Amino acid sequence: MSDVLAITDHRQGELRDVSYEIVSAGRDLADQTGGDLHLAVINGDVDAFAADVNRDGVDAIHTVDEGEEFDHGVYAQATAQLYDELAPQYVLTPNSVNGLDYAPAVAADLDLPIVTDAVGLSADGDALTVTREMFGGKVETTTDLEGQAIVTIREAEWAVAEGDGDAPIEAFDADIDEGALGATITGFEEVGGGDVDISEADVLVSVGRGIEEEDNLPIIEELAEALDATVSSSRPIVDNGWLPKNRQVGQSGKVVTPDVYIAIGISGAVQHVAGMKGSDTIVAINTDPNAPIMDIADYAIHDDLFDVVPALTEEFQ
Amino acid sequence: MKILVTVKEVATVEDEFEIDGTEIASQYLSADLNEWDDYAVEEAVQLQEAGIADEVVTVTIGPEDAEQTIRQALAKGADRAIRVWDDALEGVDLLDVGAKTDILQSVIEDEDPDLVLTGVQSGDDSWGATGVALANELDFEWAAVVNHLEHDLEDGVASVRRELEGGIEELTDVELPAVLTIQTGINEPRYASLRGIRQAQRKPLDVQSLGDLGVDESAVEGAVTLTDMYEPESESDVTVWEGGADETAGELADLLRDKGVVA
Ligand SMILES: Cc1cc2nc3c(=O)[nH]c(=O)nc-3n(C[C@H](O)[C@H](O)[C@H](O)COP(=O)(O)OP(=O)(O)OC[C@H]3O[C@@H](n4cnc5c(N)ncnc54)[C@H](O)[C@@H]3O)c2cc1C
Repeated sequence: MSDVLAITDHRQGELRDVSYEIVSAGRDLADQTGGDLHLAVINGDVDAFAADVNRDGVDAIHTVDEGEEFDHGVYAQATAQLYDELAPQYVLTPNSVNGLDYAPAVAADLDLPIVTDAVGLSADGDALTVTREMFGGKVETTTDLEGQAIVTIREAEWAVAEGDGDAPIEAFDADIDEGALGATITGFEEVGGGDVDISEADVLVSVGRGIEEEDNLPIIEELAEALDATVSSSRPIVDNGWLPKNRQVGQSGKVVTPDVYIAIGISGAVQHVAGMKGSDTIVAINTDPNAPIMDIADYAIHDDLFDVVPALTEEFQ
Repeated sequence: MKILVTVKEVATVEDEFEIDGTEIASQYLSADLNEWDDYAVEEAVQLQEAGIADEVVTVTIGPEDAEQTIRQALAKGADRAIRVWDDALEGVDLLDVGAKTDILQSVIEDEDPDLVLTGVQSGDDSWGATGVALANELDFEWAAVVNHLEHDLEDGVASVRRELEGGIEELTDVELPAVLTIQTGINEPRYASLRGIRQAQRKPLDVQSLGDLGVDESAVEGAVTLTDMYEPESESDVTVWEGGADETAGELADLLRDKGVVA
């Protein structure tokens, strides 16, 4: 009983990238436990999805054809039933918004420990060590547990699995209790259209909570104007209503890939970094030399933005 | 209807800090109301102001020190608070999702609310899992990462939006009783007024032990232990410009000229 069961993620007819990443994470872990890697594809065009994630290192794929889109009730019930059937040592799910909408319920239901947002996994005998971050990425920790467990894995942390696999694909006949599905999805909506498309910008002047107050925003706008750049931001600025939603960079905002990204008073939380790590050149202006943004910045100024930003603007006026 | 909000006091860390074993040394820490819970409290208070909720109760697992944070939630409009603490919780490094769920479950079963609001995650240990695990244990419906809630709750249904990745929102109807995990941006949390702060001092704050709740002490052990904490190894090859603001701004200006951003 040392197999790994990994569940894929998809939305609106497409597998999400994490579905290929979880194959790598699952294969690594199964190599350490000496077990097989089982994948599950739940809902949607399961056969096409199964063929697509049938990559090198997958031992078996189970399809659950119970609807089009994600439904946490279906996912929770199907995962629990697959667990009962396959008796894996570990269940992996993405730490996506949807992963977090069913994995904790499965853990509670099966009375298994859950560890979320893993960035590293290592197994030794019956023991599992999960590496994860705390305090918004300021520290890394290891957490240990014994026996079976559910782990959600951070997106974009493992490599995308490549290579064609030849795992058998089998339909799993889940017994879904429709009466227990008390949540109904009524639609999807894209947010954050509007005046500018920050994903098209060559240069972004991006502002975070370090700006402190809405009244301080003009210093950022003046810099952007001097550089002929576009203003974007981290989430709290949008949450506060200081900038419209279409300016938000990150996991739940836009993915941007400008030539130059200037992160001003932004700590570099993982959900922010998810949206901007593909930028060509990243410059960070932040008083905290240990802020996680420093790990991905190419250039940095460890100083007060209220001193640096006006001085920079002045250079071009 | 009655709304219960889970409220956590989280530790915030200074820029420079030291690690002591599996903890950040206490002199580098301060305490604050968890950012996500602040939005959850606000949502509950707005439902009360809209005449939907009759009572808003907060529940916190935390030592006596946490009462300053709990009073913040009361000052913002919650009616009363429950704080769970026990000698058995003293010195526990990490309360895992299962342990938190066990404790909160028994409070919620006693209180029997129609709606439970939790933050999406807590800013310190960021499990992001307690709300959904709780819902399962309570046999409540749920929705995770909610950034909009319709306040009419017509026919016992909460119409919510879940914020997915990439600027997409899912519209979902959830039958009550339910647990919703609340995302920042759903509302604009208020500051506590002076009047609110005064009133909060007089609002009931009930302290319960594990024994009072009928929770076995072994629950706090959890299944997950924290075994190490360290500063992440930086793979960074960042060039740091040193000097006064004029100098560093000058360096950055040169870079921007080199890159052709500005002439
Ligand atoms: C499900 C989910 C989805 C999310 N999606 C997103 C998303 O899409 N985008 C996003 O950005 N976040 C997102 N977040 C939030 C994310 O976790 C962080 O909370 C957020 O990115 C923090 O924003 P920040 O860096 O501006 O603020 P903080 O983390 O508060 O950082 C402020 C920084 O400013 C620095 N600073 C302070 N004063 C000054 C000064 N005077 N001069 C220079 N520097 C200063 C500080 O040192 C600090 O590093 C999401 C969270 C969750 C749970």
